[in-house]
Amino acid sequence: MQFGIFSVGDVTTDPTTGVTPSEHERIKAMVTIALKAEEVGLDVFATGEHHNPPFVPSSPTTMLGYIAARTEKLILSTATTLITTNDPVKIAEDFAMLQHLAGGRVDLMMGRGNTGPVYPWFGQDIRQGIPLAIENYALLHELWRKDVVDWEGRFRTPLQGFTSTPRPLDGVPPFVWHGSIRSPEIAEQAAYYGDGFFANHIFWPTYHFQRLISLYRERFAHYGHGTPEQALVGLGGQVFMRKNSQDAVNEFRPYFDNAPVYGHGPSLEDFTEQTPLTVGSPQQVIDRTLTFREHFGDYQRQLFLMDHAGLPLTTVLEQLDHLGEIVPVLRKEFESRRAPGVAAAPTHSSQVAAAREKVGA
Amino acid sequence: MKLVVVSAGLTQPSSTRLLADRLATAVAGHADVSPRVIELRELAVDIANNLVTGFPSPVLGDALKAVAEADGLVVATPIFTASYSGLFKSFFDLVDNEALTGKPVLIAATGGTARHSLALEHAVRPMFAYLHAVVVPTAVYAASEDWAGHDLAQRVDRAAGELADLMVRAPAVGKEEFVPFAEQLAALRKD
Repeated sequence: MQFGIFSVGDVTTDPTTGVTPSEHERIKAMVTIALKAEEVGLDVFATGEHHNPPFVPSSPTTMLGYIAARTEKLILSTATTLITTNDPVKIAEDFAMLQHLAGGRVDLMMGRGNTGPVYPWFGQDIRQGIPLAIENYALLHELWRKDVVDWEGRFRTPLQGFTSTPRPLDGVPPFVWHGSIRSPEIAEQAAYYGDGFFANHIFWPTYHFQRLISLYRERFAHYGHGTPEQALVGLGGQVFMRKNSQDAVNEFRPYFDNAPVYGHGPSLEDFTEQTPLTVGSPQQVIDRTLTFREHFGDYQRQLFLMDHAGLPLTTVLEQLDHLGEIVPVLRKEFESRRAPGVAAAPTHSSQVAAAREKVGA
Repeated sequence: MKLVVVSAGLTQPSSTRLLADRLATAVAGHADVSPRVIELRELAVDIANNLVTGFPSPVLGDALKAVAEADGLVVATPIFTASYSGLFKSFFDLVDNEALTGKPVLIAATGGTARHSLALEHAVRPMFAYLHAVVVPTAVYAASEDWAGHDLAQRVDRAAGELADLMVRAPAVGKEEFVPFAEQLAALRKD
């Protein structure tokens, strides 16, 4: 099982000090956080993609390429890559290049976007969100698997005799997760291709994602990729820890109360009860995280949101130290509970091995 | 059949609730229904929180589910500032925009004077038309003076009869479906 962090990359004023980092400081902080993730033994760092303030990460492969050069083991990923408004040809090229530079330590999570105007800004129509996601990904999928592509669709200039370069490392494309908050079409898409399905999970109650994940598992089996239990599921989570749980609550509360997404709404207590947010001692985080598999089945990737709502970098780094301490426990506990036959988390080497097996068979 | 009554009255006791209850009782006189009343006043904070967070608390989620699964609705709001109350609108902003498609709805409102009665036709009816609900022809407005006359009882009974007729005829509520991927892809191919 893989553990990691995902960052939205928001520039938010620290409500306790009134200090707002500059874009430059925030970008450098994201890199520091990614390096720290490797240092404390996490497996994955994923960056969001946004094209509007107050978010900084508009250019994920630039950032991930830089991080790749300064890490050894960390898998670089996205949360999410906008499959609707990016040209699939450019995604194919950018991420294949990153895959080579990072020695295969790359995967992606596809998403449709979080702000309406991003569609018109990039010349698209939000009402076509699902068709764009389906057609663009179909093209991306083909570009990574066929050396010469002839293609024609509804949304993009046709291609004749096009070869996307560089070709994927070892002939194996980066693994793809599909993220969705409420669209069964995307769960169906992930199942069709045998790709992974990632449930953002944070900000919503657990039951919200149970239907999508069970649909994905059922359809994954329908398309012959394995049993429902072998489908590849990722989940988000959000935690804040201090040794003494009341210290965690007191310290996190002003950030919670003023957070961009849920601030000025429900109480911290209601929100922790209704969503996966866990604020407390490391043991409380362990206990809560272990309950996720009871709702969604055994899963392959757990990403935590650690650096938002104006939390200062020093605090985020302390939180990552805590996370580094509990992840070995989580690995062991998840492992001991795992049903036999559940798929391992996908990596470049596992994908290469699977491809060789397929050729050999 | 499941009749859900949504009342947006703010005082206790409330004349909006009184009107809603009379309508529910009248519907029960025309058809075999088991009414469930949802008082929006009790959900006011949950509704505001849902607007901010994007998801309902368990108790609000239960109310939204009841509305979606109802065979028919009686909805009653006080008229504020020439329209439905903000609480009433906020609640229906949270109902899935396909949940009321084809659903029979009886609209009702209360106000201090009869001068505001057409707010039902100019504000409440278009809102439910947008949601593709089937709104009965008779909308019931109760001004203060109506609580002394006979006309209100007649309108209540007429509207209730119209709702009961529609509920009996309305098709069963469908379940969520998805489009198989091959069809999604095929839909994108050029002719």
